[in-house]
Amino acid sequence: MNAREEILARLRESLEGAGPAPEVPRDYRRALEPGTDVVDLLIDRLEDYRARVHRGTGAIADALGDARRVVVPADLPAEWRTGGAEFVEDDRLPTADLDAADAVLTGCAAAVAVSGTIMLDAGPAQGRRAVSLVPDHHVIVVERERIVGHLAEALPRLHRSNPQTWISGPSATSDIELQRVEGVHGPRRLDVVISDD
Amino acid sequence: MSTAFPKAAKVALGMPQLRSNLAHATGAIRAKRTDVAGELDDWEELRSTAAAVKADVQHRLPELALEFERNARAAGARVHWARDAAEANRIAARITCEAGADEVVKVKSMATQEIELNEHFEAEGLAAWETDLAELIVQLAEDRPSHILVPAIHYNRTEIREIFNERMPDAPSDLTDDPAALAEAARLHLRRRFLSAKVAVSGANFAIAESGALVVVESEGNGRMCLTMPETLISVVGIEKLLPRFDDLEVFMQLLPRSSTGERMNPYTSVWTGATEGDGPEDVHIILLDNGRSGVLADEVGRQALSCIRCSACLNVCPVYERTGGHAYGHVYPGPIGAILAPQLEPGEHDDLPYASSLCGACYEVCPVKINIPEVLVHLRRQGPHGAGERAVMGAAQRVMARPRLWRAALRAARFLSRPWRGRGHVRRLPWPGSKWTGSRDMSVPPRLSFRDWWKERER
Repeated sequence: MNAREEILARLRESLEGAGPAPEVPRDYRRALEPGTDVVDLLIDRLEDYRARVHRGTGAIADALGDARRVVVPADLPAEWRTGGAEFVEDDRLPTADLDAADAVLTGCAAAVAVSGTIMLDAGPAQGRRAVSLVPDHHVIVVERERIVGHLAEALPRLHRSNPQTWISGPSATSDIELQRVEGVHGPRRLDVVISDD
Repeated sequence: MSTAFPKAAKVALGMPQLRSNLAHATGAIRAKRTDVAGELDDWEELRSTAAAVKADVQHRLPELALEFERNARAAGARVHWARDAAEANRIAARITCEAGADEVVKVKSMATQEIELNEHFEAEGLAAWETDLAELIVQLAEDRPSHILVPAIHYNRTEIREIFNERMPDAPSDLTDDPAALAEAARLHLRRRFLSAKVAVSGANFAIAESGALVVVESEGNGRMCLTMPETLISVVGIEKLLPRFDDLEVFMQLLPRSSTGERMNPYTSVWTGATEGDGPEDVHIILLDNGRSGVLADEVGRQALSCIRCSACLNVCPVYERTGGHAYGHVYPGPIGAILAPQLEPGEHDDLPYASSLCGACYEVCPVKINIPEVLVHLRRQGPHGAGERAVMGAAQRVMARPRLWRAALRAARFLSRPWRGRGHVRRLPWPGSKWTGSRDMSVPPRLSFRDWWKERER
């Protein structure tokens, strides 16, 4: 018997007489209280993670700060490419080029206000995963209609079979005395531009 | 019966620095967890759902494993099955060699700790580099992890600085013990390795049956680096990690980060389904690991240990863990969950671990998937071996307790004999054979009056 057959046989043997699977209750919330201001909540949660938050696409240049070379997915809207930086489209750029870039500018698929989570699913304006990972500064444009209150509202918006990255603040570690330190291997700076224009 | 834990615990209790590090760290994380769990008014409903989903998974493991395999394959992953640690290690080493590599970068993973993948790789002449900060500290120190989430919890910042200075060749010469400076040193140390690695090894927090996706939850970005940059990715996944549906993440991704790091959400969660052209590794392997899990599944009471999502909340609240630390448990899974998982994964070993508990139940209270750890502890104690002396004493106690008159006489005798100690509250050491009891616990001195006597006096 090969490993697969043997493991399956062992599992079936262990389950003999186990009876039917239990019913799964689903009495938890799937949305926040009606009337919650999800934009305010998202901003509060992002700032709690020490991400910097800006309002309006006019603030993109500000968010990019003094970055000179900014990597962007090829399908990033032209109107987001503002300010004095040089925008380099990702055409399977070599890793060294990504590493040499000052920042990366992307959009996102969804944002969850209650946990301050921004989700990328390789959809429009998001690019491949390496692009939003290797540069040390990530600027994400979150359009107003992409913001939901609760995690359960965000999952249906994701492209399931695409690679996903859920981002909640800049990279961090709590491995030393459980004290949170922002900035390890992922982008150390995270700027979020909330666009409601 | 094994006496490894009581002996190791005694050594650990004699280390004041360790106890102070642990008390500081677990105290901090407990407070954070309580705060963020308290923010959700449906916390109990989430726990109930999570427990039921996991029980459902256990009941349908064979069919869900096959569904996962089918979908992961269709998405371009190669799925392997490993009966035990040795088989999983062989498969991982073979894939690494076939990829033309002699080293791998690793995402923190309990499954690969469990199968001792690093040690196996080293024996095969391959190098496995830990990239999680705490795992890196432990690996540099040639030590063992002592906590599921924060393997270096037993070190404080000054000790970590010393490890970096002594063992990390590229550590800056003016390294301070500021956690930010230490994290920066680790970033520089690993950066080149991430960007040039050919093969990565990961575990997975969840495996989604309906899509064949794997999910890795992390904080530092080392996970994203390993899961994205190399050409080949090997994920070692315990078969109990399955979830039926992607939407189940709406439950588990609320519970896990809040229970483990006390955050509303962890900084990074990666989800990938097989291989994606032009985005991340194109040579994607998944090793489904049994290694004792199918045996645990046979025990109706014990199988709930397979619901564990490795958050480590139970470690942080455990009065025993807080004082002894993780090493004393002598197993990769320490703390309350380890005390029920280790003896079940390796039957006949670790039979002292179910006693490494005061049965206070704090672990059950905080468990996000509602594993009734005290129930399983008692269940395992009942099943474990009991020495002739213990059986004789317990048998005698049973006979005395079943006869009220005899019981009252015994209590009177105990009160009489313990008069010299009265007023001290408890006895720390009894002569043999009582020393068997007081060797690892204090014994309360019987009070002047029994409850019955006190009640009678009160009635008068």
